[in-house]
Amino acid sequence: MFKPGKKINFNSAKDLPPTPASVGDMTHNFTGSWRNLRPIIDYEKCIDCMICWKFCPEPAIFIEKERPKIDYYFCKGCGICVTECPVKCIAFEEEGK
Amino acid sequence: MSEKKRRLKLSIPEQEVMRPGNLACQGCGASLAMRYALKALGNNVILDLPACCWSVIDGPFPYSSVGVPLLHMAFETAASTASGIRAALKVLGKEDTKVVAWAGDGGTFDIGFQALSGAAERNEDIIYVCYDNEAYMNTGIQRSAATPYGAWTTTTPVKHFKKLPKKNIVEILAAHRIPYIANLNVAYPEDFIKKFQKAMSIKGMKFLHIFSPCPPGWKMKPDDTIKVARLAVQTRTFPLYEVEDGLKYTLNVKVNKPKPVIEYLRLQGRFKHLTEEQVSTIQKNVDEEWALLMKKIDKE
Repeated sequence: MFKPGKKINFNSAKDLPPTPASVGDMTHNFTGSWRNLRPIIDYEKCIDCMICWKFCPEPAIFIEKERPKIDYYFCKGCGICVTECPVKCIAFEEEGK
Repeated sequence: MSEKKRRLKLSIPEQEVMRPGNLACQGCGASLAMRYALKALGNNVILDLPACCWSVIDGPFPYSSVGVPLLHMAFETAASTASGIRAALKVLGKEDTKVVAWAGDGGTFDIGFQALSGAAERNEDIIYVCYDNEAYMNTGIQRSAATPYGAWTTTTPVKHFKKLPKKNIVEILAAHRIPYIANLNVAYPEDFIKKFQKAMSIKGMKFLHIFSPCPPGWKMKPDDTIKVARLAVQTRTFPLYEVEDGLKYTLNVKVNKPKPVIEYLRLQGRFKHLTEEQVSTIQKNVDEEWALLMKKIDKE
């Protein structure tokens, strides 16, 4: 799992890097807020094939103790994992229910 | 199930270089392509990016989501910048660092073409990657030379859809006789990573052409990205093959029983307006292209 990052604020021109180079990554940007539908893995049915992990574009699915786990901070809810799961153990649930 | 003790076998590398939180659309094929590419390339790589979707996906200053050095460049300079970086690394003695030009189809087929052709002619030691989403998606779905016959875009509306075929970039690059050219697809990650690893082991110019579906531009559901990409191979629309030294053709994924091309077309809203006659034209073109390719592969 990726640690959520922090926003970088430049208070004055002195704080700026000497060249316009990036100094942080985008992990402060929680793309999970884009989501309308929340994918939920049913671990009883899951066969640990890791196909969901393989096809996640973010990557918002990570491997914890040899099982796939969805990172809801970053999951945009595209649903590739729901479509591609061979045993159909990932289901969509409406967000905020 | 958790009490079962077994070692997980993964078909692709576990390391994750790309970071989440990027600005790609839901179900973006290009973002998936970058994830696989960085899995294969690792950390010792410099990316160079012309104007394309990825210059937005990466994030605004002072952030970046790729986890490796990345240079944003002008639209037509992907290949020439990569040549420059390679020359600078040579002076510094860092020959093992890979240089990757990562361009969209607009920056490869149209605008960046002369720089690409020049770099291919000089046989620069770079990997040129074109992720092909078949239009200028970043600026609002305008037609490019990579847009296939029959497709809707904002500049080729339904009444005047594109009536010209897609430019065959692999054949053009094969005519340059560069050491390695390959077609890649995001629905075949094992093949994808194998080809990147092969490209890394070869010295000289490498060209990788990635099929990367774009849900908003192709007017399809974001969860169909992999399905559509897989159908492109299964219907023979996008054959997965590689060309070594411009002459030796190898087919990587065999398609013995092709599905009708309509299965691929009907998942995408950009082909919704096509009549049966036009679909059969597409089917005929696909079959002809496949026959031509098979002739080259048989020769070896």
